Amino acid sequence: MPADGGIGAATPRREDVRFLTGAGNYTDDINMRGQAYVAFLRSDVAHGKLKKVDTGAAAAMPGVIRIFTGEDFEGVGGIPCGWQVTDRHGEPMQEPPQPVLAQGKVRHIGDRIAAVVAESLEQARNAAEAIVVEIEDLPAVVDMKKALEPDATKVHDDLKNNLCYDWVFGSDDAAIEGAFSKAAHVTTLELVNQRLVANPMEPRVAIGDYASHSDESTLYTTSQNPHMIRLLMGAFVLGIPEHKLRVVAPDVGGGFGTKIFHYAEEAFCTFAAKALHRPVKWTSSRSEAFISDAQGRDHVTKIELALDAENNFIGLRTDTLANMGAYLMTVAPAVPTYLHGTLMAGCYRTPAVQVNVRAVFTNTVPVDAYRGAGRPEATYQLERLIDKAARELGADPIALRRQNFVTEFPYTTPVAVQYDTGNYHGTMDVLEKIADIAGFEKRRKDSEARGKLRGFGINCYIEACGLAPSHLVGQLGGRAGFYESATVRVNATGGLVVMTGSHSHGQGHETSFPQVVADMLGIDPSMIELVHGDTSKIPMGMGTYGSRSLSVGGSAIYRATEKIIAKAKKIAAHLMEASEADVELKDGQFSVAGTDKSVAWGDVTLAAYVPHNYPLEDIEPGLEETAFYDPSNFTYPAGAYACEVEVDPDTGKVEIMSFAAADDFGNIINPMIVDGQVHGGIGQGIGQALLENCVYDETGQLLSASFMDYAMPRADDVPFYAVDHSSQTPCTHNPLGVKGCGEAGAIGSPPAVVNAVVDALQSGGHKVDHIDMPVSPARVWAAMNNA
Amino acid sequence: MPQVSMTVNGKPASGEVEGRTLLSTFLRETLGMTGTHVGCDTSQCGACVVHVNGDAVKSCTMFALEAEGADVATIEGQAAADGTLNAIQAAFQEHHGLQCGFCTPGMVMSAAALLKENPKPSEAEVRKYLSGNLCRCTGYHNIVKAIMAASGQDVGAIAAE
Ligand code: FES
Ligand code: FES
Repeated sequence: MPADGGIGAATPRREDVRFLTGAGNYTDDINMRGQAYVAFLRSDVAHGKLKKVDTGAAAAMPGVIRIFTGEDFEGVGGIPCGWQVTDRHGEPMQEPPQPVLAQGKVRHIGDRIAAVVAESLEQARNAAEAIVVEIEDLPAVVDMKKALEPDATKVHDDLKNNLCYDWVFGSDDAAIEGAFSKAAHVTTLELVNQRLVANPMEPRVAIGDYASHSDESTLYTTSQNPHMIRLLMGAFVLGIPEHKLRVVAPDVGGGFGTKIFHYAEEAFCTFAAKALHRPVKWTSSRSEAFISDAQGRDHVTKIELALDAENNFIGLRTDTLANMGAYLMTVAPAVPTYLHGTLMAGCYRTPAVQVNVRAVFTNTVPVDAYRGAGRPEATYQLERLIDKAARELGADPIALRRQNFVTEFPYTTPVAVQYDTGNYHGTMDVLEKIADIAGFEKRRKDSEARGKLRGFGINCYIEACGLAPSHLVGQLGGRAGFYESATVRVNATGGLVVMTGSHSHGQGHETSFPQVVADMLGIDPSMIELVHGDTSKIPMGMGTYGSRSLSVGGSAIYRATEKIIAKAKKIAAHLMEASEADVELKDGQFSVAGTDKSVAWGDVTLAAYVPHNYPLEDIEPGLEETAFYDPSNFTYPAGAYACEVEVDPDTGKVEIMSFAAADDFGNIINPMIVDGQVHGGIGQGIGQALLENCVYDETGQLLSASFMDYAMPRADDVPFYAVDHSSQTPCTHNPLGVKGCGEAGAIGSPPAVVNAVVDALQSGGHKVDHIDMPVSPARVWAAMNNA
Repeated sequence: MPQVSMTVNGKPASGEVEGRTLLSTFLRETLGMTGTHVGCDTSQCGACVVHVNGDAVKSCTMFALEAEGADVATIEGQAAADGTLNAIQAAFQEHHGLQCGFCTPGMVMSAAALLKENPKPSEAEVRKYLSGNLCRCTGYHNIVKAIMAASGQDVGAIAAE
C-alpha cells in the first residue's frame, strides 16, 4: 500500500533535474579562486629502485610553483589500511607502508614519484615530463604463484616474503576430511576470477584548500565516505584533528567501491594546499585512473564439493590466491576473507565448509573492493562448481540446488554467519516463471535452426550486506566502527532536513530516504530535504558501500525520526491538554484517541521553536534528534538468476538473448530505484563475464590501460533485463526490514552467463566443462576446437 | 593566444585559447559550463557529447578553434527557459534513465541527435547508436527505454520498470 511518495512508491528522483540540465556539482566542476594544478609523475616501470629524481630543470619551467618528491613526505604518515587480518597461526598479516610519494622504490606502474604544482594544468604536466628520473629496474613479480616461490623477488624489502597472510576459516580439518572421505562423488574446479577495473564514469578528483586564519584544511574529493577519509587522512597521514579538517564529497559520478578508499592523491592535495597556502587541484585523466584507482577481484581458486550418494552436499573446500597488488588499500585484506569466506556456504546447507585464502603482494596496481567485493568471487566459484557437479551426476541443475537449499531460518553456516531469513525456493519459483524455463527447449530448437547453439544458465546467490555489527567487525580485525548516524532537524514551519552519513553517488538517496521519513510522519516528501557528503554538515558517517545505505543509514534515519515523533507527541499532548500516551500521529496530524482533539504537524513544530505554550519544565525547546544505528547482524539478500545465450559456433561469439533476476531484498522503499540498481549490477556482471579483463604482461606493464583496450559493456552488448523482487522475506533485525540491493546484480550475473555458455557448448556436443572469464570469442572458439 | 568565438546555446561566447585547447575544455574551463563532462582521454565514453552545427560531436575530440563561428548546443540549453525539461530529459527522469548522472549529458545529447535522424528507432537501433556512450550505472536498460519512450513509442511491455 504505497502511500503517496511514501514507502513502496516508485517516486521519480528529485536529483535528476539537476543532472539532466547540466547543473550537477561534481568535484571537477569546483574551481577555487587562485587554485593551482597538480600533475603526478608516475612510474612507467613496475618495480625499480629510485636512484635519482632530479627536479632542477623542471622546477625552473614557466608556471611551476613547487615540485614535491618522497623526501617532502619523510615523517608524514603513510596511507593506512583499515583492516587487519590474523593468519592461520594467529599472527597479524604482513602490512607494508604506502608512502604518499615513493621513497626509495617504485612498486607498480603508476606509483607516484613526484608531484608538480603549477599555475596551469598544462604547465604542471609539462614540468612533470621534464623531471629526470633514474630507476634501476628490478624483476617484477606479477604472477601470484611465482610471487610465493621461495626465491621470488620481494615487493617490499622489509617483509619476510610476498605473502600478506595465509587464512583458514570455517570447519576444522577433521570435519572437512571426514566429509570428503565418505563422499560418493567429488567435483573439482579450478578457475580464475579475473582482475577488473571499476571505471566509474567520473574519474577521481581532489582539491585541497587551507585557511591560515583558522588553520583549517578542506578537501573536496570524489568519495563514497567523506567522514572516513577525514578520519583516515587526518589521524593517520597528516595529523590534522577532525575539527580542523573538513571533507566534502559533492555529486559523485559513480563509485562501485573504488571511491571508498583513502588515496594518496587526497592526502597530497591537502598537504600541498597547506604548504603553499593555495588551493591545489588534481583531476585524474582516464589513463591515470587505469593505473591509480584500486582495481577489483583477481582471485585464482581451486574448489571441491563432496556429495553423498543421494546428491546431498556434505563438504566444501576452497583454496584461493588473492592478489593485493603492491600496497594494501583501505579494506583490501577483508575482501578475500570476511567478505568472501563467510559467504562460501551460499544458499545451501552443506555441513562442512572450509576456506583457505592466501593474499599475495605483486608489482601491480593495488586491489580492493569492487561492486560485490568478495561475494561475487564466492558465488562464482560455488555456482560454477554446482553446475559442473550436476553435469557429472546427470542431475538437473535446478533440482540439485533446490534439494540442498537452506529452508529453515535462522540458519548458522559453518562459515560463521547466521542467515536471519530467506526463501530460496520462493525466489526460484519466481525465476522459473519470469525466465520462462518451460519454453526453453523450443527456443533452443529455433536457435539451432539458425545454426546457433543456445544455452541456459542458472545461478543462486546469497550475500551479506549492511556492514556491519561493529563489535563483530572489531573481533575480525576491522579498525573502525560500522554504524551509521543521522540527524533529523525539524524547522519551525514544519519542513525538515535529514542529515545522513551515507553518501549517494547514483543510488537516489535524496529521493528514497525522504520517502521513509514522509511515510513515518505522514507528511509530503517535498517537505524533506536530504543533506549528505559534507563533514561540516553531518555529525558523523561511515559512508556507502556493501549495500549498506538503506539498511544501516536508513535505519539510523528511522531511529532519529522515532525520537522526533516521541518528542513531538509530548508537545502535542501539552497543546491538547491530553496524556502523551493517548496521542496518535497520522497523516501529519496529532490527535487524541477517542476524542475530536487534534493539532497539525506544523502547530507542533512551531510550538517547539516558539515555546509560548510549551512544557518547558519537562522538555527543551527545539526539535532536532540524532541517532546512531549499529546493526546486530548483516542482512542477507538472496536470489536466483537465469541467463540465455546464443553461441555462434563459427566465431565463438556469445550473445546474451535474455536475462532474468528474481531477488529477495526484503522490504522495498522505491521499486524503481531498486530495479535500476539491479540493472546496473547485471550490466557490470555481464561485462565481467563476457568482456572486461585487466591484463598485465610479465614485466608488470598494464596492457589494458584505456577504453580502447579494456572492453567496457556497451548498450548493444546487453539486453533488456527481466527483474522481479516480489519474493520478500523482510530482514528481522532492522526497523525497515530491508536488506540492500546495490551489489546483487554484479554478484548474481557472472555465473549465470558462464553456466549458460557451457550449457550451449555442451548442447553442441562439445565436452567443455569450464571457460575462464571473460568468455571472449577467442576463448570460446578455442574451447570448442580443443575439446 | 588566439581568440575563438562561437554561439553556445544561442548566446555569443568567446575566449582566449591555446591551439591545443579542446572544445570540452573551452566549455568547462573558459566558459564555466560544467554540464559537459569529460570521462576519458581516448574519445570512447561520450560524456562530452555536444551538438556543433546540429551534429552530435565528442567535444573532447575537437579543438576549440575548430568551432570558430559554429553554433554549439550543450546540455545546459536543453530545458526551456522556465526550467521545463524537454521530452528526452523528461523521459530520462520518468524511466529512471540515470543514476550518478555523469554520462547523462552525453546520453541526452546523443539521444537528441538520434531522434532527429531517426524519429522512431527500434531497440537495436538505439543500442547501436549509443555504442559511443558509456554508462557504468544503469546497465543501459532504462536509458534505451527512456529514449524509445521519448520517441513516442509504447514502452509498457518492456520488462520491469
Ligand atoms: S570525454 Fe569525450 S569521449 Fe570521453
Ligand atoms: S548514470 Fe552513472 S555513468 Fe551513467
